[in-house]
Amino acid sequence: MKITFPHMGKTYLPVKAMFDDLGVEFVVPPKNSKKTLEIGTKYSPELICLPMKINLGNYIESIEKGADTIIVTGSCGPCRYGYFVEVEKEILKDLGYDAEFVVLEAPNGNKKEFFNRVSKVANTKNMMKIANALKNGIKVLRKLDRVEESILKLRPYEKNKGEMDQLYNALIKSLEKSTGTYQMAKVIDQTQENIESVKLDKNREILKVGIIGEIYTIIEDFANIDIGKKLNELGVAVHKSHTASGWIFEHLFYNNIGSTREKKVYKAANPYMKTMVGGHGRETIGNAILYAEEGYDGVIQVMPFTCMPEIVAMSLLPQIQNDKNIPILTLIIDEMTGEAGYVTRLEAYIDLLRNRRGKHKNEKMLSWR
Amino acid sequence: MRKCYLGVDIGSVSTNIIVMDADEQILDTLYIRTQGKPIETIKKGLSQIKNRLDKDIEIYGVGTTGSGRQLGGIMIGADVIKNEITAHGIAALNFVPDVKTIIEIGGQDSKIILLRDGVLYDFAMNTVCAAGTGSFIDRQAERLDIPIEEFGKWALKSKSTVRIAGRCAVFAESDMIHKQQLGHNQEDIINGLCEALVRNYLNNLGKGKEIKSPVIFQGGVAANIGIKRAFEKILGYEVMVPPHANVMGAIGAALLAKEETAKAGESKFKGFEVADSNYTVKSFECEYCPNMCEVVEFRRDEKMVARWGDKCGRWSHDKTAKDEKLA
Repeated sequence: MKITFPHMGKTYLPVKAMFDDLGVEFVVPPKNSKKTLEIGTKYSPELICLPMKINLGNYIESIEKGADTIIVTGSCGPCRYGYFVEVEKEILKDLGYDAEFVVLEAPNGNKKEFFNRVSKVANTKNMMKIANALKNGIKVLRKLDRVEESILKLRPYEKNKGEMDQLYNALIKSLEKSTGTYQMAKVIDQTQENIESVKLDKNREILKVGIIGEIYTIIEDFANIDIGKKLNELGVAVHKSHTASGWIFEHLFYNNIGSTREKKVYKAANPYMKTMVGGHGRETIGNAILYAEEGYDGVIQVMPFTCMPEIVAMSLLPQIQNDKNIPILTLIIDEMTGEAGYVTRLEAYIDLLRNRRGKHKNEKMLSWR
Repeated sequence: MRKCYLGVDIGSVSTNIIVMDADEQILDTLYIRTQGKPIETIKKGLSQIKNRLDKDIEIYGVGTTGSGRQLGGIMIGADVIKNEITAHGIAALNFVPDVKTIIEIGGQDSKIILLRDGVLYDFAMNTVCAAGTGSFIDRQAERLDIPIEEFGKWALKSKSTVRIAGRCAVFAESDMIHKQQLGHNQEDIINGLCEALVRNYLNNLGKGKEIKSPVIFQGGVAANIGIKRAFEKILGYEVMVPPHANVMGAIGAALLAKEETAKAGESKFKGFEVADSNYTVKSFECEYCPNMCEVVEFRRDEKMVARWGDKCGRWSHDKTAKDEKLA
C-alpha cells in the first residue's frame, strides 16, 4: 500500500512527518504546478471549482509516481467538497486508474468505522501509536502555520528585503529532507526564532489587510496567485482567516471542540447571517466584521469561481462595507494563470486604502495624489 | 524651454499618449490602436508625438498606465508606473474636483470608481465578462457596417424601444439578430443595445454601490453618445463627458509623473530616441520546475533590459545577466 494525499498549502510536510513516524509508505504529490492544473482541468467537470481540479491533478500525478491509496479528510459541510471523493472515484475509474480512496470521516457518526479506516492507513492497530503520531503531526503543522503567520505579518517591515524569504525557503528545503515529527519541530522552532530576530524598520507606514473567503484558495498559494506575498511587497501586513491546522481540527474532530475564536466569529456574523450556508460562508462574514473591529485597513475576499457559500457571503459584504466603514475587495479565482488583472486590482485597492488612512490621519485632507 | 510631462496609457485596444505642460494644460493627445503589438505601437506613437511637438519642449517626467504599463514603463523609462484605476481617478479629480462617481468603459474592461470628498472610496472592475466593453460595441458596429464613430448617433435617432438582452455578449448578439430579422429598425436596435449595455454595467459593477452625482463618463466608449444618453436615462442624472475623455488614463499618469519627479528631482525618461531603437522580446518556457513559467526577455538593441514572468525570481532577479553583452 502506497498512500498519497492532496496538497493544501504546506500540509504535505507534517503529513510526511507523521507517516515517517508511523513507518507507512507514501508518495508526496509533485508540487502544484501548471501541469497539475492542466491535468485536473482536463478531467474535471467543467464548472467545478478550482480546488477539485487541483486535487484531481495531484492524485493523477501521484498515481503515476506509484501511489495506490488516496487519503482525504471528509467533510460534512454542505458544499461540493463533500462530493469530491465520489466524483473523483468515478473519474479515476473511467481513466483506468486503479486507486482506492480512504475517507477520514465517521459515516453517520460511526466512530468504529472511523478508527478502522485510520488504522488501515496507519498500518497498525495500536491506537496509542496512531494518536501520538497524529498529535505530533498537528504540533508540527501548528508551528509551521505560526511561521507563515509571522512572515505575512513582519515581511513588509524587514530592513533587508528578501531575508525572510531566504529563511523560509531554507526551512522548506530542510523540512523536505528531514524525517519524523521530532526533527521537523526542532528545525521549525529554530526558523521561528530567526524570523523574529530579522531586523525590522518599524517606522514604515504599513497597512493591515485581512484575507477572508474560501479556505483552500486562502491557504494554497498556488491557487491564490500568492496574494500574501504580493500584498507584502505593496507594503501591507497580511492576516489569513483560515489556517491548515485550524482546518484539520475542524474536520477531524467534527467541530465539537468549537474554539473560542470560532464562537467569536459566529457571534460577530450573527446580525447578518444566523445560520450556516455551507462551506465557510458564515466564517467569511464573521471574520470580515472582526477584522473591521480590530482596526484593519481592509479586507480581501478570495474564492474560486462558482463557489456557492462564498457567493452568498459576497452578497452581504457591501452592507458590511457600509456599516463597518471598511473597504472590501473580492477576487474570484479560476484557472487563469495571467496575473496582470489581479495585480491591477490589488494595486488600486491598496492605493485606495492608503488614501483613506491618509485622510483619517490629517482631517484637513489635502489632494490624495 | 518648456517643461512638459508625458502620459502613456497602453491599453488592450488603444494606446494613448498625452503631453501636458507644467500648468497641467494638455498640449497634445494621440489615440492609436494597439492591435496586439504594444511595442510597435509605443514606438509609432512616440515618434508621431515627437514630430508634432514644438522644438522647445523638454520632457521632465513620464508616467505609464494601462495593462501594458510595465512593458511600456521599462521601454520608455517611466518615473511612475501606475494601475489604470488610480490613474483614471486622479485625472477625473483634476477636471471635476467634486466628482463622486466615475464610469469608465474601455476596450476590454469597465470600471466604476466612487470618490467621496476627493478621495478614492470604492471601485469595481468587471471580472469575467466582456459584455458592455468597447470591443463588443466595435464588433457590433462592424457587423452592422456602421463606422464606430457614427454608432452613437444612430441610437439618438431611435423613436421606439426595442429591448435587447444585456447579461452576456453572446445573448445580446443573438437577441439583436433575432430582433433585426423580425424587422425592427436599425436605430431602435442600436439604441436597445446601448441601453442593454448600460443595464448590464449597472447590474454588474454598480451592484450595491451608491451612484451619486456628479457623474463623469470616460474611457474610449464615452465618445459613444448613445451610451451616454442611456446612462442619463437610467440614472436620472446628467452624465458629464470631460474633454479628452478617451485619454484620461494617460492624463492621470502624466499628473502622477509630475508629482513624482518633483519629489525625485529628475526623470528617468530615456528620450524620444527609444522610438528609434530596436526592441526584441523573446519568451521561453523555464524548465527548472513543473510550473513552466513563461519568461519574457526584453532587449533593446540586443542588450537585455529586463526579464519577467517567472514565479520564483530565478530570471527576473538575475542581475548579472542584464549586462551580459558588456561582460
